[in-house]
Amino acid sequence: MTELVFYVLAVSAVVSAVACILQRNPVSAAMWLVGAMFALAGIYVLLNAQFVGAIQVLVYAGAIMVLFLFVIMLLNLDRETTDLRRWPAFLLALGLVVGIGSALLALGGYTPHRLVAEVLGRPPWSDPGTALPAGAAAITETERRGVVGAIAGPLFRTYLVPFEVTSVLLLTAAVGAVVMAKRRL
Amino acid sequence: MAATGVAAWIWLTIALPFAGFLLNGALAFRRPDAKGLVSLIGPGTVIAAFGVAAAAFLQAAAAPTQEAMLVPLWRWMPAGTLQVDLSLQVDQLSLVMLLVVTGVGSLIHLFSVGYMREDPGYARYFAYLNLFIVFMLVLVLGSNLPTLFIGWEGVGLCSYLLIGFWYADKANADAGKKAFIMNRIGDFGALVAMFICWQALGTLSFPEIAERAPELLTPGGTTVTAITLLLFLGCIGKSAQIPLYTWLPDAMAGPTPVSALIHAATMVTAGVYLVARTNVLFAMAPVSQMVVAGIGALTALFAATIGLRQYDIKRVLAYSTVSQLGYMFLGVGSGAYVAGVFHLVTHAFFKALLFLGSGSVIHAMHHAYHATHAHEDAQDMRNMGGLRRYLPWTFALMGLATLAIAGIPPLSGFFSKDEILAFAFGRAAHDPAWYVFWAMGALAALLTAIYMARLMAMTFLGDNRTGAEERRHLHEASWIMTGPLLVLGILTVVGGVINLPAFIRVGPLHALDRWLEPVMEPAGRFLALETPHGGIEYALIGLAVAIGIVGLVIGYRTTLARPIPVAREAPPERGIWRLLHQKWYVDELYQEFIVNPLVWLSRGLLWRLVDQTLIDRAGVNGSAWLSRRLGWLGSRLQTGEVGVYIVMFLLGAVWILHAVAR
Amino acid sequence: MLLGPSLTLSAILFTIGLAGVVVRRNAIVLFMCIELMLNAVNLTFVALSQYHGLNGQVMVFFVMTVAAAEAAVGLAIILAIFRHRQSVDLQNINLLRG
Repeated sequence: MTELVFYVLAVSAVVSAVACILQRNPVSAAMWLVGAMFALAGIYVLLNAQFVGAIQVLVYAGAIMVLFLFVIMLLNLDRETTDLRRWPAFLLALGLVVGIGSALLALGGYTPHRLVAEVLGRPPWSDPGTALPAGAAAITETERRGVVGAIAGPLFRTYLVPFEVTSVLLLTAAVGAVVMAKRRL
Repeated sequence: MAATGVAAWIWLTIALPFAGFLLNGALAFRRPDAKGLVSLIGPGTVIAAFGVAAAAFLQAAAAPTQEAMLVPLWRWMPAGTLQVDLSLQVDQLSLVMLLVVTGVGSLIHLFSVGYMREDPGYARYFAYLNLFIVFMLVLVLGSNLPTLFIGWEGVGLCSYLLIGFWYADKANADAGKKAFIMNRIGDFGALVAMFICWQALGTLSFPEIAERAPELLTPGGTTVTAITLLLFLGCIGKSAQIPLYTWLPDAMAGPTPVSALIHAATMVTAGVYLVARTNVLFAMAPVSQMVVAGIGALTALFAATIGLRQYDIKRVLAYSTVSQLGYMFLGVGSGAYVAGVFHLVTHAFFKALLFLGSGSVIHAMHHAYHATHAHEDAQDMRNMGGLRRYLPWTFALMGLATLAIAGIPPLSGFFSKDEILAFAFGRAAHDPAWYVFWAMGALAALLTAIYMARLMAMTFLGDNRTGAEERRHLHEASWIMTGPLLVLGILTVVGGVINLPAFIRVGPLHALDRWLEPVMEPAGRFLALETPHGGIEYALIGLAVAIGIVGLVIGYRTTLARPIPVAREAPPERGIWRLLHQKWYVDELYQEFIVNPLVWLSRGLLWRLVDQTLIDRAGVNGSAWLSRRLGWLGSRLQTGEVGVYIVMFLLGAVWILHAVAR
Repeated sequence: MLLGPSLTLSAILFTIGLAGVVVRRNAIVLFMCIELMLNAVNLTFVALSQYHGLNGQVMVFFVMTVAAAEAAVGLAIILAIFRHRQSVDLQNINLLRG
């Protein structure tokens, strides 16, 4: 059952992505991208990353894509202008797809057993999810404190400094965006 | 062995004229009209050098040594197995040459004071002349081949500078160039000979060569023959033998004292000196000896034929020099090294006398034409005639020299020339080819007497053809010019005493033979030469004298048989006389077959093809064009479009990914 | 669970985004394709976090934050360029041409 849902979501994500990159109208492209993000959020939930899925919808689809749409509307882009490159670019894109895609797809051959076997050096004797100590600890943690609590632990303990730095980064980005977009300095 | 006494100071003979060169050179730049000072420094330094030479000679005569005394000056090339020092050697042979160079050189310097008095380049002239003495002495005093070669090249340089002394006239500059270039052809041979010599013997120093050559080289083998033949190539260039002789007649473009000093008495004899110095090598290579003697004999004859029909007084003497040099090489080629050196010395006396005498004549003719503003050729004998009335001293002294060169006893020329021919005849007993050489030499002697008599007759005897006006201005030169002539005249007469042959039963016999014996001893081990004795000897002597007398008479009679036209009105030559007058067209042959192809090669091939096309167009311009194209191609990457740059990033990232993921 | 297919999907989405970057000329749509690539990477992190612990999800957290900041600043830049060039077509943004 999980697999079926997964494959449906996966197919819709791929279709949305392909449609996104081939749309002439920027607004349509943005919408298709939102669709792809929703599909991904669903996959995150399936993969036991419920918090991340929620954040995906909230931040990515909700804030970032809205920002995109705002800018598109601000610029009042002409929807008739074709902005796809000429055919040599498609050939190059095809070449890149083949080149990188084939390299990356080799990763698809990673089954949980193979991953655990490579990391631990021996085949697992139980649920792969629990074979790796970090994964096992994550499951216990999630059962104890819930999904959000489980993330909060590393976020505010181990990764506290990156967390604070990221907030400064956001501040900087906000200021920078304001400065950049001003009509008059 | 180390030098003692005066010999240790022998470098003064070089240093004094060198100081003269520097001083005269400075004066030439700063005070060109300080002629008095130059007249003092120029001859003064050479006379002082002669003093040192005489002192060294007297010391060596008092206490003769078997080995040469070495005076090392400077460690030049200490390079592993190649140890070459700049060092001088004082031995019997170098002392002889030293005396000749400084002695005759001093006389010619004194003569030049009078001859060049009115020339604006007075100081420059003496600077060059002093420099020439410096290099000539380095040549004869050098104790190893490289030092000798420095002198060899140096005299070539001075010859070039002095031949083209009046360089404003292109013909003079061309003559200087011709001399230098032909010399260089020979010098190549000398250099290669040095390389082979070092490779075979491990040394370039003369005493050591004399030591090692008999042990390390096979007599008659290829190595020693190669060395000697290549050394002789150098001699051919320097001493104007066939085929590299054509520069010497052209060198008459220089001032007459220069012709006397360089192209008669000293520089051109350097080749003979070299052969005598390396006598041991030549004695070990009979093939080379035949080449040397053969070319010498051929040159003697060939040049004499050309001298028969030249009208420029200096040209006749030039060809005479080439011919007499041929005699010297016939001598040393036959193994008679002492005879060759003997003729070198006597020839220096009478040939210098002849040249200086001709200088006196030309000086007088110039004065005469200058006074009447005529533009005739002052050197053409057809414009002379009957000058014995106006230039009696010159006539008498040149007459003595003519008798000497024709081989009339008891003048010096008779003894030296006769000795060479006698040795050639003696060698013929071993090698029949020498009969031919002897015959050539005898025939050349006849021709020599003929053309010298012709010269004297045309110049001094008969009626004067210079012109009534000019006649009043012909007079003998000042004592500064006539004095050296007198000294040379005395030497010409008594010079034979240096090496009197055995059949004269009075006086010091074979003085030069005994004096040079330590130097020629290494060669003597390989070659035992004998002159014919008894009946054959007297017959040969009688023949030589007869040839001389007959030649003189023929020359005199044929020249004065018919009236001689003035140069301006002379009819063109015909037939065989034309061939001789045009020097057998050798210069034209060289021009056609050697010079022109070389010029074509340089201009057409090397300049146009290699230099212009390959190097300039393809190489320089081509590489510039290539850089620009590549740069332009590179600049096409800078489209300025961000999208293109992003794609570049991606491509780069892909590449790195593949490289890392390997 | 579902590790293999997730990684495959991530690879596919990434290459699609890559192709989009090459093919599109509009700066804003180019940006969107970059966001797609970032999402694909997020998927990889999440898929592997099942076995390597919650560090993966924390990474996703940070990636999203940075992506937001980047989008803000990037779009501001595009706005500024649009004001000067009146176009967001990448071919017209060629001041670096040389």
